[in-house]
Amino acid sequence: MKNMRDAFGECLVELATLREDFVVLDADVAGGTGTHVFREAYPDRFIQCGIAEQNMMSVAAGISTTGLIPVVTCYAVFAAMRALDQARNSIAYPHFNVKVVVSHLGLDVGPDGPTHQCIEDLAIMRSIPNFTVISPADPVELHAAFQAILDHEGPVYFRTGRSPLPQIFESGDIRFEIGKGQVLRNGTDVTIIAVGVMVHRALNAAELLAEEGISCRVVNMSTIKPIDAGLIEESARETGCIVTAEDHNIIGGLGGAVAEVLAETYPVRLIRLGVRDVFAESGDPEELAAAYGLMPTDIYNGVRNLLSREQSR
Amino acid sequence: MNRNKISQLSDQADSLRRHIITMNCYAGSGHPGGALSAVEIIVYLFSEVLRINSGNPHDPNRDRFILSKGHACLVLYAALADKGFFSPEEFKKLRHVGGMLQGHPDRLKTPGVEFNSGSLGQGFSFALGCALGAKLTKCENDVYVLLGDGEMNEGQIWEGLMFGAFHHLDNLVAIVDYNKLQSDDYSRNVTGLEPLYDKLVAFGWHVQEIDGHDFLQIGNAFDLAKKKKKQPSIILAHTVKGKGISFMENVPKWHGSLCPTGKEQEKAFIECGLENR
Repeated sequence: MKNMRDAFGECLVELATLREDFVVLDADVAGGTGTHVFREAYPDRFIQCGIAEQNMMSVAAGISTTGLIPVVTCYAVFAAMRALDQARNSIAYPHFNVKVVVSHLGLDVGPDGPTHQCIEDLAIMRSIPNFTVISPADPVELHAAFQAILDHEGPVYFRTGRSPLPQIFESGDIRFEIGKGQVLRNGTDVTIIAVGVMVHRALNAAELLAEEGISCRVVNMSTIKPIDAGLIEESARETGCIVTAEDHNIIGGLGGAVAEVLAETYPVRLIRLGVRDVFAESGDPEELAAAYGLMPTDIYNGVRNLLSREQSR
Repeated sequence: MNRNKISQLSDQADSLRRHIITMNCYAGSGHPGGALSAVEIIVYLFSEVLRINSGNPHDPNRDRFILSKGHACLVLYAALADKGFFSPEEFKKLRHVGGMLQGHPDRLKTPGVEFNSGSLGQGFSFALGCALGAKLTKCENDVYVLLGDGEMNEGQIWEGLMFGAFHHLDNLVAIVDYNKLQSDDYSRNVTGLEPLYDKLVAFGWHVQEIDGHDFLQIGNAFDLAKKKKKQPSIILAHTVKGKGISFMENVPKWHGSLCPTGKEQEKAFIECGLENR
């Protein structure tokens, strides 16, 4: 188990030895986002912006015009909301090659409480033209995905995380392609589409359900935009119903994106699991996941409810 | 600066004012007041300072000019057209579907435009990024950014002022078009901007105060600003909003968005030397 922010810091240091084309911008939260190891290894490529995220976003846009790739780092709430106008007007609209990388996602933030628990960023960022939105599920995928976004020309919103996550992918055995979801487990009765911290929980839920003879397909939807509409439609056709799982408000995020695709392609019954449009509270991440319906058992119950409704139709 | 040079620059200023009024009337809307106040600053920059070439607008070594007060883009479009970045024919399609000239600057649509300013404060930070990027890539170019005094209400400006001094961005010169009016009213009636000079000094910038319509003072200020090392420069250019069109001068409503019509339009054309269209 490695936490995503440490994985991100290590990834930066490792890639910095291989390529000189990126710099890292920080808003006085290097310890929180994991970039402190990069700061120590590459002080000349680390730009301290102070607690001033709005200025940082627009500064990054300016730096990008000189051929460098700015990697802007801060907590998700401050990138997606405090500095949203800057992300939109300084980066997205002019289409600058800036990577916005955020930690502190959803209730996984834990004891810092609702001010820092970002449950809206997927909904917000995917509604902005020109932004690609990516949220990897484990440290191995994070590494591959981060390399892919450095090679991708244009604005990207990229989520890391805070808590340690179990490894899902084998090192050296992953090819990350922007815009493609991955089927992690095949199944015929239902598809669980998950993102980020919810992916390993979805796999756990699928195990529980398999013990009862329910066959779950599990999809890791690490690109939220452009969403893999083909895979969603195919899963709807082949498994007949869908459950989405995200540590994010159920409005507008992964569940919203999947609902939009289903409604326009192949409407099937959908249940959206996630934070149910409330501000949560302080607590240990696991306690919060249990209190707000984000545990494997919650996915298990969601699938059972959906299937019993399907049978009674 | 000799008399001939000043006379030549004044002619260019007259040309820009004619373009501004022309464009404003073609569009039927826009922000003439803050474009007219910045004319002499823009003329001097584009004529005497900026190393830019319309034949190679993306030259990585070019100087950068960023109009952070993006609503004043009439004056930027006028200068770019006079520099050959596009034809004045484009003026006719300003603010209309299919035109290359947007209501606020758009770098992807308009040759010579560096940044999509319009949300106030962002062009300043963008310029700081251009200056820092130039240092990181060891590029010798300079960065110039024009701010509005109303724009300095934005918190982002003050974030940027701290950043610029902290990172010793001596390859950047900011100019404030200090016309004392903003969208709704005189700046003094809107919020506590003053004492601006003292605040900028306290934030660690090299500050100069000039008459922003006097080419001699503008030239001297840029010369001195470029000599400053280890410290970014800011020039407070005292100007008159609506300068050159009598009924617009110092009248808040001519901030925009509007254009003169009827008798006022005739008067504006006569005052800036345009034939009645």
